[in-house]
Amino acid sequence: MNMPLARLANDDGIVVAVTNPPKPAYSHTSIETPRRRRLGLKAPLSFGWLLGPVLIVLFWGIGSAVGWIDSRILPAPWVAVSTAFDLIEQGRLQENIAVSAWRAAQGLFWGVALGVIFALLSGLTLVGGYLLDGLVQIKRAIPSLALIPLFVLWFGIGETMKVIVVALGVFIPIYIHTHNALRGIDIKHVELAESLDLTHAQFIRHVVLPGALPGFLLGLRFGVMGAWLGLVVVEQLNATSGIGYMITLARTYAQSDIILVGLVVYAVLGVSSDLAVRFLESKVLSWRRTLAK
Amino acid sequence: MASYTREVRTESGSVETVVSIRNLVRRFTLKGVLNGIDLTITKGEFVALLGRSGSGKSTLLRAIADLDREARGSGEILAPKDLLVAFQDARLLPWKRVLDNVILGLDAPDAKARGSRALAEVEMSGREQSWPYELSGGEQQRVALARCLVREPELLLADEPFGALDALTRIRMHSLLRTLAEVHRPAVLLVTHDVEEAIALADRIVMLDDGRIVADIAVTPYRATVAGHEELKLNLLALLGVEANAPPTGQSVSVS
Repeated sequence: MNMPLARLANDDGIVVAVTNPPKPAYSHTSIETPRRRRLGLKAPLSFGWLLGPVLIVLFWGIGSAVGWIDSRILPAPWVAVSTAFDLIEQGRLQENIAVSAWRAAQGLFWGVALGVIFALLSGLTLVGGYLLDGLVQIKRAIPSLALIPLFVLWFGIGETMKVIVVALGVFIPIYIHTHNALRGIDIKHVELAESLDLTHAQFIRHVVLPGALPGFLLGLRFGVMGAWLGLVVVEQLNATSGIGYMITLARTYAQSDIILVGLVVYAVLGVSSDLAVRFLESKVLSWRRTLAK
Repeated sequence: MASYTREVRTESGSVETVVSIRNLVRRFTLKGVLNGIDLTITKGEFVALLGRSGSGKSTLLRAIADLDREARGSGEILAPKDLLVAFQDARLLPWKRVLDNVILGLDAPDAKARGSRALAEVEMSGREQSWPYELSGGEQQRVALARCLVREPELLLADEPFGALDALTRIRMHSLLRTLAEVHRPAVLLVTHDVEEAIALADRIVMLDDGRIVADIAVTPYRATVAGHEELKLNLLALLGVEANAPPTGQSVSVS
């Protein structure tokens, strides 16, 4: 009989062979059947977030087909799709999207540029902070939309006013998050820079700016959303083109299918620009463990 | 408020003294106070600064490195300009690859080559393009050592650099630091609360208690024999207030 032998050392360090080792008090474990209850969430599926929207569209489609949803209140999804094709054929949809996108791009550009410049001035110098931070905090308390009447008086109802409103919606989150990140540099990294005798310029370039990049990108995510939001408002006031104008016009003629197309376009533009920023984030911040995986 | 002067010695090589501290008093620091420290470190000397937590050892190191901006006190510190600090956490910039961390702020045209050489010396060749998060704690600390090495400092201040490492890694790091110190001959001030570490590495052990130097011991005579090593260890433990007869907790009592 082949009895398993356990070699054990007693207190004096002498190895003794023991037959019949005591039954081990552990349960069988393998990769397939872990014996521990896992309490955290499993890793999410890449496109799992689409489930909710898809279910809503399904419900909407079935409801329209069966007749639960009155087509005067909400047209069926396929009506919205065919309306979208009609609008494209007439050239109205792409034309209005182009106008809206151009306004959003200009607003985004100026909002990001000014937000970063203000954040750098007020984040990196004390005087800049004294001068600018209070002003921005006060501006933040006043909704951009409440300023529109004043902007109309100052800049008229043309493109300038629209771009300014969009830019302000971008400026605030960019400034807040970038400034916060610049001022929140880890004191340990400051000490390291001092102990290595870095010059001020080297400190800014190697420590402060890369350290503030995650904050800036977070601000950018809020900023691109803010650009589209600002657009919705200005295009429904005094506009003669753009997605918002298309929606306003459709409201006048009670064309709920066109309103629907406009809303879907806004949603697609907003979500895809957010995805674009997140993609940028994962490329630029590859040094971060959370995003690298 | 008492006056407090700090001089930076610029000429190097000609004077044997690297650090000279006279009657240093420090108050209102977070980690401890200093109640009149006199200390001289000579060129190439490896000094371990031993003491309980709160005894003021980190405060003294940070005073020499001129890192505490809020500190108040009096006294005189003479320290070289090219001193470097190895921190307990490796303090690598997470957004820079290993080599760029090593040569951070170096303007020399051969910086990259020197950085690679320093990495080779700490046995981290081939990891130049790794991100810090990809390294283990011991590897990060090696890179931090390379970052000090590449600048050829006259004085290396090490603030419990191995405190966060596991016991086996710490032993490997000890022999590495010892070798590097013998090759490059900087003066080293190593802050530690580990008696074994102090004996294994230092030429001289300075014991700090309540902000005062309570012992200043040359290690070399003791290190020669196992009995001497053991005697020094028990003496130091007694000075630290650990009962010499009972096996001290947290200290490895291995006789090899």
